Amino acid sequence: MTPTRRSLLQASLAVPAAAMLPRAAGAAGPFDVGFVYVAPIGDAGWTYQHELGRKALVAALGDSVKTTYVENVPEEGADAERVIRKFATDGNKLIFTTSFGFMNPTEKVAKQFPKVKFAHCTGYKRAPNLSTYSARFYEGRYLTGLIAGRMTKSNVIGYVAAFPIPEVVQGINAVTLAARSVNPNVVTKVVFVSSWFDPGKERAAADTLISQGADVIMHHTDSTAIVQAGEEKGVWSFGYDSDMAKFGPKSHLTSVTMVWDQYYIDKTKAAIAGTWKSDDVWGGIKTGMVKLAPLNAAIPDPVKAEVAAATDKIAAGTLLPFAGPLKDQSGAEKVAAGKSLSDGEILGLNWFVDGVQGKLG
Amino acid sequence: MHDAEILVAIIVATMRAATPLVLAGFGELITERSGVLNLGVEGMMLMGASVGFIGTVATGSPIVGLLAAMLAGAALALVFGVLTLSLMANQVATGLALTIFGVGFSALVGVNWIGTPLQGISTDIWPSLSTQSPIVQQLMLLDPIVWVAVLLPFLVQRFIYRSRAGLILRAVGESHDVAHALGYSVLKIRYLAVLFGGAMSGLAGAYLSLAYTPMWSDNMVAGRGWIALALVVFSTWKPLWLALGSLLFGFVTIAQFQAEGLGLDLSPHLLAMLPYLATIVVLVLISRDATRLKLNAPAALGRPFHATA
Repeated sequence: MTPTRRSLLQASLAVPAAAMLPRAAGAAGPFDVGFVYVAPIGDAGWTYQHELGRKALVAALGDSVKTTYVENVPEEGADAERVIRKFATDGNKLIFTTSFGFMNPTEKVAKQFPKVKFAHCTGYKRAPNLSTYSARFYEGRYLTGLIAGRMTKSNVIGYVAAFPIPEVVQGINAVTLAARSVNPNVVTKVVFVSSWFDPGKERAAADTLISQGADVIMHHTDSTAIVQAGEEKGVWSFGYDSDMAKFGPKSHLTSVTMVWDQYYIDKTKAAIAGTWKSDDVWGGIKTGMVKLAPLNAAIPDPVKAEVAAATDKIAAGTLLPFAGPLKDQSGAEKVAAGKSLSDGEILGLNWFVDGVQGKLG
Repeated sequence: MHDAEILVAIIVATMRAATPLVLAGFGELITERSGVLNLGVEGMMLMGASVGFIGTVATGSPIVGLLAAMLAGAALALVFGVLTLSLMANQVATGLALTIFGVGFSALVGVNWIGTPLQGISTDIWPSLSTQSPIVQQLMLLDPIVWVAVLLPFLVQRFIYRSRAGLILRAVGESHDVAHALGYSVLKIRYLAVLFGGAMSGLAGAYLSLAYTPMWSDNMVAGRGWIALALVVFSTWKPLWLALGSLLFGFVTIAQFQAEGLGLDLSPHLLAMLPYLATIVVLVLISRDATRLKLNAPAALGRPFHATA
């Protein structure tokens, strides 16, 4: 069962949210699990995927768990800490905090409640009762790059990005490397809109890229504006976070989606069984944390087969998206043939590969 | 692509980007010219965006959606008016509260409409122009609301400086006591100005959710209400300068994307700063004359009116 107080919470800007959490059930009752969401659930996007994971957890474990969530919790200020602490005092034994900005409040509350287990998404601070988890989004990006390289006629990919940070750079580089592996003439044009969520700006940036010849567009921002722009202007598009097919029925090729279902089920089962331990999970294609949404029927069968083969190779570890030889934009060799970027280097990626048109910093 | 076509693409994109700023800005300009400072523009735009979207999806008619959006904006402005004009609450605090309320209330109203696809305001109301040049065709792709925003500055300019009603509006904004002594109903005029401001903010929000990016999502106005407010002040309450400032802001935003897409060797951080920087510099330069600034700023701005006689 899940209390749905989303409307009330949104109206109140989540500030008094903690006060409205229900009292926990008795000790003999179901295992209580709390989820802290940074945005409204909506029906596409980052938080929506976490909500799907929560629902999968409920479906898998049924009455033995009781889940509660609070959405639209601001990362700034004291609200996040208050919501997390309230979850802990209400008897939740496992708490998932699902945005980078919750890192410090999660760590703080975790110290005060050593018996409660915590898992924080996309962060790097761990403790005996605090795990971290994230996904190798770039593996999915690499697959979309293969499709983009095959589908483009103008050899220009338009990429609308939020900020020049490593997570965004990973995606841009992965797409460009994949596209050029099947079509060496491809150039990726990058435009930064300096906002994670501003549909108007995202749309204007997409229109600009299309006017400059891009016939495949993709984005690393949080709205569906890019896919809608593609549908309207008749160019191919890719979605991100969730399957965005319904926003571009004709032009949406596929989306890179995050699937947290199995992680939530595994972690909760371990916590119930008493085998939970603090760790860092960085899942990807192999573990099913990153998946492509169903492919558009417009993609030719040989390309579909190519994508399927690459998916298998990435899962098997024989295809590494950032395998050398890699050159940066100036043509200087950054990774020699036979080598690949380490996980640490990927997490700190701050240079564009050859073929990206754009500038960092 | 030809240079001329890129130029037209930039012009069209600039006009689209400037439209919500022009609509909300001119609503606020009229409000402030009557001596009332309403900082709730962002909240009223969000209400317009969500209500306009819902109205259009529910009835299938963008006209109904736009009217509903204007009504929603005006309704929120009415709340502001009752609090600040009749009950004489502090205008700054009430305006801020209005924005916070608008953010939350629009999210509550729109919660079931997030992700609903919508065709958006159609542009095929214009006669078919298949024989015309691609440049004309591009311009004809602009939706009707953009053309409203093109006409608005001239209408407001004429209204404020060339009509009796505009003169009365300015008189109320300059000195409500004098206007009152002359027999004008200060509160009625201010209510009308506030309602007009609300309706225009609602229209600006609906433009975003119906035409610019046909979708509803929480907080989708993304700060444009605040930019419109700032533009009103930086333009020293002059209609044509406000139009210029809005266009400039829209242009630099679009030019920034074009520059990045063309691969110019400029830092994205610098480019992201440019729209704000350029607009402030230009508007400060044109309004640096202190006397003129004093002449243009409504002298009674933000001051509550209480009829003593």
